[in-house]
Amino acid sequence: MIPAGALAMTFTVNGTVRTLEVATHHTLLDVLRDQLDLTGTKECCAEGECGACTVLVDGRSVNSCLMLAVEADGSEIATVEGLASDGELGPLQQAFLDKGAAQCGFCIPGQLMSAQALLARNPLPTVDEVHDGLVGNLCRCAGYQQITEAVLAAAESVNR
Amino acid sequence: MSADGAGVSARRVGGHERVTGQQEYLADIRQPHALHVKLVALDVARARILNIDTTEAEQVPGVSLVMTAADLPQPVPRFGPQFQDRPVLAVGETKYHGEPVAAVAAETKDAAEAAARLVVVEHEVLPAVFSVAEALDPGSPLVQEPGLRPDDPLAGTNILREHHFGWGDVDTSAADLVVENTYTFPIVTHFAIEPHGFMAAPDGDGIVIWSAIQHPYLLQKMMAKLLGMPLASVRVLAPDPGGAFGGKQNAKLEPLVAFIALRTGRPVRLILTLEETFQAVRRASAEITVRTGFVEDGTLAFQDIEANFLIGAYADIADRVVSKSSYLGCGPYRTPAARILARAILSHTTPSTAFRGFGIPQLTWARESNLDEGAHVLGIDRLEIRLRNLVADGEAFIPGDTAADGDWAQSVRKAAELIKWDSPVPAGRGRGLAIGLKSGPTAGLSYSTVRLLADGSGVVYSGTSDMGQGARTIFAQIVSQELGVPLDRISVVMGDTAVVPYDQQTSASRSSVFMGTAVLRACQEIQAQLCEMASRLHGIDASEIVVENGVVRLPDGEAAIVEVLQQGLAPLGGELVGNGEMRKQGDPDHPLGGSAAFFEFNCTATEVEVDQETGETLLHRYVTVGDVGRAMNPIQVAGQDEGAAIMGLGHTLMEHIILDESGRIQNLGAIDYRIPTSNDLPLELVSASVENGDGPGPYGIKGIAEGALLPTAPAVAGAVREATGAFIRDLPLTPERIWQALQERP
Repeated sequence: MIPAGALAMTFTVNGTVRTLEVATHHTLLDVLRDQLDLTGTKECCAEGECGACTVLVDGRSVNSCLMLAVEADGSEIATVEGLASDGELGPLQQAFLDKGAAQCGFCIPGQLMSAQALLARNPLPTVDEVHDGLVGNLCRCAGYQQITEAVLAAAESVNR
Repeated sequence: MSADGAGVSARRVGGHERVTGQQEYLADIRQPHALHVKLVALDVARARILNIDTTEAEQVPGVSLVMTAADLPQPVPRFGPQFQDRPVLAVGETKYHGEPVAAVAAETKDAAEAAARLVVVEHEVLPAVFSVAEALDPGSPLVQEPGLRPDDPLAGTNILREHHFGWGDVDTSAADLVVENTYTFPIVTHFAIEPHGFMAAPDGDGIVIWSAIQHPYLLQKMMAKLLGMPLASVRVLAPDPGGAFGGKQNAKLEPLVAFIALRTGRPVRLILTLEETFQAVRRASAEITVRTGFVEDGTLAFQDIEANFLIGAYADIADRVVSKSSYLGCGPYRTPAARILARAILSHTTPSTAFRGFGIPQLTWARESNLDEGAHVLGIDRLEIRLRNLVADGEAFIPGDTAADGDWAQSVRKAAELIKWDSPVPAGRGRGLAIGLKSGPTAGLSYSTVRLLADGSGVVYSGTSDMGQGARTIFAQIVSQELGVPLDRISVVMGDTAVVPYDQQTSASRSSVFMGTAVLRACQEIQAQLCEMASRLHGIDASEIVVENGVVRLPDGEAAIVEVLQQGLAPLGGELVGNGEMRKQGDPDHPLGGSAAFFEFNCTATEVEVDQETGETLLHRYVTVGDVGRAMNPIQVAGQDEGAAIMGLGHTLMEHIILDESGRIQNLGAIDYRIPTSNDLPLELVSASVENGDGPGPYGIKGIAEGALLPTAPAVAGAVREATGAFIRDLPLTPERIWQALQERP
């Protein structure tokens, strides 16, 4: 149900152009999850601290809980659902699986998107750079070592 | 042997879903036409509810119901795993910050939130207790109405239960040195990244409840009783939790959503915010006084422990946390005389509940720190004093109870070796070493069904909850080991009481041992059927055939299970079904109602540098060694072990819930309550295991998911002490607290 005060917007999500009406107070996270049914992106703190809702907006990693959906008008959004193509896991996804980086898994979509942004700007990061790049993504299972190993392995597999 | 069987780091079952965003957590489940629920709470801990005006809230378009305690059956139903003390909504007064007094159900989340803000709760703030000292003061208000426990002599106090354990005579024990100190452990919260969520929908004469709960069957039993329905009419759907850590063991708001669903006749959905989740679960804080008596050579003469746990406003499972942990308070040491007094003390705070370690981190913090202080006075090495008192494999250390079930000294020596205990300590640094010991479950019951389908693929049914510990993978590996089915041809079905057989609970790191044994036995039933099949097909006596490790062994060779299966099932096809059960009876005469099924033993060693100017700690090296019996899946063992260690670093270095004078949580939310990030890791974190195959589970495994968090705090504090000379007895070891201690050094 779109309340009064809705605006029409158009953006590209995982390569598909979407036009929809959104409430002006709804966040990008609300719209992805509740209107587009892209529930891979998770909600936890809703204040930009935990990183569970991380998506890419025009290539930048963004806490989608802090961005109003209308601000994404005209943008290109990438979510975890877009990382695999034709059923083939992306390199980061494959590495996360191989290294046992996903435990409960709830933070993993956000970790993957932050890692995607990191590797886009720094294709061969050091351990410290991975820690810095993913510092905004909390993992209470604390699989940080496995996550870091996975990001390094993915970087290596792509650059091999 | 199977490529995916025991001891292999098989890929996580459910891992693909988790890296693609397809894993369906509770909040991802869509219910057409569901009502959204928003809670109404006061911004104060304790207040008398004078009047609730719902008029304005009910005018908000889309609002279907504003429920208060008056709309519930009277007297308002109460529930809880140990005591039925917690009302579905606050009755008469609120008892902790965030306790729901009303709930709005509306067509949209926006409408529910808008209406919740318009519910006017007229109230009068009442005096309250937030600390052990306040709670024990006879002049303080009572948290619980005495009428809730009419025959209890403690009903007129804030002590819910008092426990006395011990042996020998502490008062007459001769000691050359007695060291006595009090240690405090703060309130911390679980902070699972998935906030708690609950859904319910009427289903004919019954009800369906969705909850990311660790104990779906306990929830079913509790809801059936609360609603007066047969078990068969209460279906619990329990999607894999996005982290639980004990916080999702017992019912919280499931009864509320069930009553709303029955009242409105609609599916209802309540997803808590992280702030509301903080207000729903926490670990009990504790003030623990330890008097340790030593003989001159470091041998223990006695241990005398008084543990005061500050539990919350309702009991939840907190009293069990207190008793079970305190019982083991003296640790794995030969202690000639012991006296343990433990209290579960009510307060006007968030109900505390199970949290990884189940009270043991609090006791371990006190006992191990005091052991260090004794060693310091006696001039005995801290490793040496532990090895001197540590019980040997098979030696009883609590009279009449389960003996040591491992060669624990091996773990201690390994940790010492990995931290290079005997090498000179670099300037400005210190080392610490501590031991944690926790009882596994004291009773339990798990059933499993395994189906071997006509194409040789398999299905496992289990009531366990996979909250990240990787239970699905372990069960699939057992099937793979026994029936030779590759992991990618095994489905593990969980989380639906209408489908999977009964399991008591997912707690105390039990599932690999308990449910694992049930799965193994189900596989063995299928092996017996395969044996009969092969006997029939080959015209050989069944006694000459062995089915094991995924193959059928015949006198003249081997046959693949799938071949025997398909020939045996022909011409109609079909399947083989096996059922397994694992039961550990309690013992009514045991102080805890049962002895430990196994122990989790961990030794942690650290090397820490302290910035003398700022009080900041830098963890150079961190070693955790667990006695795991056998690592069924080494990657998963390392993941759990490292994860527990890092979680332990949270309560050791940074985490604590801060209350203001009216009991409000001041650091409510992720900005002000900090947990370890990727930048808080030790520079080097080593997770190692001792594997002697001596556990009671399949292939000699033990539970392993909690061990590494038990001794984190004393292992770090011991290093801080060596680096600075400052004994700090309060957690967390924040830079501010360490800096303060540095200023106060003599």
